[in-house]
Formats: sequence, structure tokens, C-alpha cells
Amino acid sequence: MELVQATIAGDRRAMARLITLVEGEAKEARTLLAELFPHTGRAYVIGITGAPGSGKSTLVNQLAKSYSALGRRVGVIAVDATSPFSGGALLGDRVRMRDLSHNPDVFVRSMASRGNLGGLARTTPDVIKVLDAAGYNLILVETVGSGQLEVEIARTAHTVLVVEIPGTGDEIQSLKAGILEIADVIVVNKSDRDGAERTAAILEAMLSTGKTQMPSRLPYVGHPYPANLLARLAEYLQQERGLTRSDVSWRPRVLRTVATRGEGVAELMDVIEEHRQHLLATREWEARDYLRLLSEIEQALRHRLTEQLLCQVDLDHLVEVVNSVFARRLDPCSAAEQLLCS
Amino acid sequence: MNQSLILSPIRVLIAKLGLDGHDRGAMVVARALRDAGMEVIYTGLRQTPEMVAEAALQEDVDVVGLSILSGAHMVLLPRTVDLLRERGLHDVLIIAGGIIPDEDAPALKEHGVDAVFGPGSSTRDIVDFIREHVRK
Repeated sequence: MELVQATIAGDRRAMARLITLVEGEAKEARTLLAELFPHTGRAYVIGITGAPGSGKSTLVNQLAKSYSALGRRVGVIAVDATSPFSGGALLGDRVRMRDLSHNPDVFVRSMASRGNLGGLARTTPDVIKVLDAAGYNLILVETVGSGQLEVEIARTAHTVLVVEIPGTGDEIQSLKAGILEIADVIVVNKSDRDGAERTAAILEAMLSTGKTQMPSRLPYVGHPYPANLLARLAEYLQQERGLTRSDVSWRPRVLRTVATRGEGVAELMDVIEEHRQHLLATREWEARDYLRLLSEIEQALRHRLTEQLLCQVDLDHLVEVVNSVFARRLDPCSAAEQLLCS
Repeated sequence: MNQSLILSPIRVLIAKLGLDGHDRGAMVVARALRDAGMEVIYTGLRQTPEMVAEAALQEDVDVVGLSILSGAHMVLLPRTVDLLRERGLHDVLIIAGGIIPDEDAPALKEHGVDAVFGPGSSTRDIVDFIREHVRK
């Protein structure tokens, strides 16, 4: 238990150890997280996502440097992919974060995705809590280099930056559902390259013709909640807490940067601050926090139930059922039904 | 389904110490460890002992792998070991590679470097050494 106390007191070694336990979903992690939880909820979390090589790490390096110069204590979580074959990973984001290695107010932690497919590791939200409790009041979360659908960051961060580069895709790409929809700010990085203006213009056009962003969008991301639960929730947010789902729209912004030279970073920080103020003014901040925690409860529940069920299933019976499915005598859905009822 | 039975992957920091710009060897080792199921944090070129020690602390690695070809190994390696110890990282396995003459190896081991893998070492040997000695 002293690990949690030491972490809150600012012991970096203790915090690093605690993160390892949380990340490894060690047995004691649940108790440690429970002890930690009352100290969380203070950090501002910014997510950075985009294709591999778009300059996410370089941008994170610049942002962390600038925020710490403003007196913020900055936590960085950089997620890279785990090999589906070996289970190993090459976490290379620190290569672009050289400027941060001597800064006592910046803590950088690399995470492997460990089989999770949404752009983050399954335990990334818990690692955020550790940094949060330790007083890192600004947390930058860099996702796995992602394509169209790695949108988990939307329910993890307060503000989401989607990093694009010039010359990728035409109008049709910009209209597709997925990652662009979750952007609060779209950053066209490497803007010293040809086509930056055109790319920015296409993205601007997409934003001006489309609907403005859906407020309190978390329930729509990946998790189909029952309609009656959503209705109850909306009612509660409105009546008890004065939060409405209308009038809180934010029109995503498009900015051009050259992260290697720090160009456009100051302007980007201004827009990020604008978005943070917007979240606070509209109480969207609270609404998102509320829904984020709901989603965490739901995930924990799912995890526990699966674990519990698998513990109860008789192994011989399981093998029998799998054999039946393999022989096409039984379909997978009915098999699950049978296992549940056995 | 007991979670604690699933061992976390071994975490390794691979860094290029010193001012020479050759990181081919470090990359080959990083790749081999990745393929052996380890999580490799690669920090890139021209790291100082301070940068390595701080990264090792933040990443809470089990192993620190240092590549050095500049000839300054007798200064930079012991300094890195000292800084790791200063931060309380006593159980970290420390391995070195690059151009390190055989006659220097005993002194380095004396100072806390657990193994020296010179030119011609097989990545298999490095993987085996780590697996055998890590978290002990």
C-alpha cells in the first residue's frame, strides 16, 4: 500500500513500479487502483492520434516541452503496437522525445498495446489515473499509429488531436466515418510539404458542410448501450446536473504545423485551451467525465463477468462444445448459450 | 484464467551511448528481442548516462542494453551503472555491446555490468542470457 502513498508524494520510482503493476493487471493492482482513485479526476487529458509517421511523437515532444515551460507537470503516455505473433513490441516514441529526458516536470512512459485493438492498451486509462494522482495535471496520450477506426482515445481524452499529413487522400477520405469524426482539432503536420494548403482546405470543407460534432459522443464509440439506459442517463444529466446535450457543439478546427521546427505549436496550444474552456463553459467536461466513468464500469463488468464465467465452465464440457462447433453440428451462438446454461 | 499466472513481458531499454552515429547493431538487437517476445524501448542515438538512467527509471525496465562504439566505454558505462544505482535501480540487468575489447570486460563486470556482447555475438545468446538472468 505504501506504493500508492509514495506515488502521491511524488516518488517517481514508486510511480514507475505502480504503473508496471497496473499495466500487467497484477493481482494487487485492483486494490492499489481503488486506493488511488479518490486522488484522480484533476488532470487534463489530451489525446494525439493519426497515421504512423505523421509526426505524433514529434508533436508530443513540442507540446510537452511548451506546457512544462508554462509550469505544468506533464505526463506522457506513448502507446505502440504489440506483435500479434511474438507478443513483443518495439516502443520507439522516445526517439522523438529527446528534449524531455532532462526535464524533472515531465514523465514519459511507453506502453505496448498488448493485444488491444482500439489504438490504446486496455490499461491506458488506469495508467492515466496513476499519473493524475501523482499530480501530473496535463497528460498527453499518444495512440498507436492508426488508420480509420482506432477511436478509443475519444472516450479517454478531454481533447483529441488528429494528426494528418499533406497529400493523403481526397475528399472521399475526408468524408468517411471514423477517426476524423472524433477530432476536436485536426493538425496538418509537415505543412512545409507540397499540398499542405490543399489538404487543410479539403478538411475545412468537410467540416463546414457536415454537421457539427456530436456532443457527449462517448456512448456512440464502440459501445452499444441499451437505449433505455441512454435515455435514463440523458434525463439524469439534464434534471439533476443541468447538463443538456444540445448547445454544446464545438466546431473542430484545422491547424497547420511543422512539428520538427515547432512551427504552429503556439497556435495549436491556443486552440487546445479554447477547447478546454469550451468544455468547462458548456459543462461538457462533466458530461464526458460522467460517461467515461460509465464506460469504465461497463468494461470492468464485462471483464469480471467473462472471467467469472470462464472459471465456472467445466473444461471437459467446453472441449465437447468446441468439438461440436468444429464439426458444424452446433453454431457458435448456440454454443455460448449452452455454456451459459450449463 | 488467473491473471497473475500471465507473466508480463520482459521490458528492455536499448540505448546508444556516446557520440558515434552507428546504431545498426542496437537496432538488430532491439529487433531480435522484440521477436523473442520482449517489450523493447528504443531511445535512439547519442544518449548520455543521465538520459539512460532517467528513461530506465520512468519505463521501469528489467534490462538496460547499452551499445557503444566510440571507445569511451570505460567512462560512460560505469557512470551509467552508478546513476542507475543512485536512482534505486539495483535489480536491473545491465548488458553492453558494441566495440569493447575483451580485456576491458572484467573491469566493467566488476563495476556492475552483467554481460558484454562484442562483435560476432549471436542475438540468440543475448536473448538466452536475458531470459536466464532477468528478475532474479
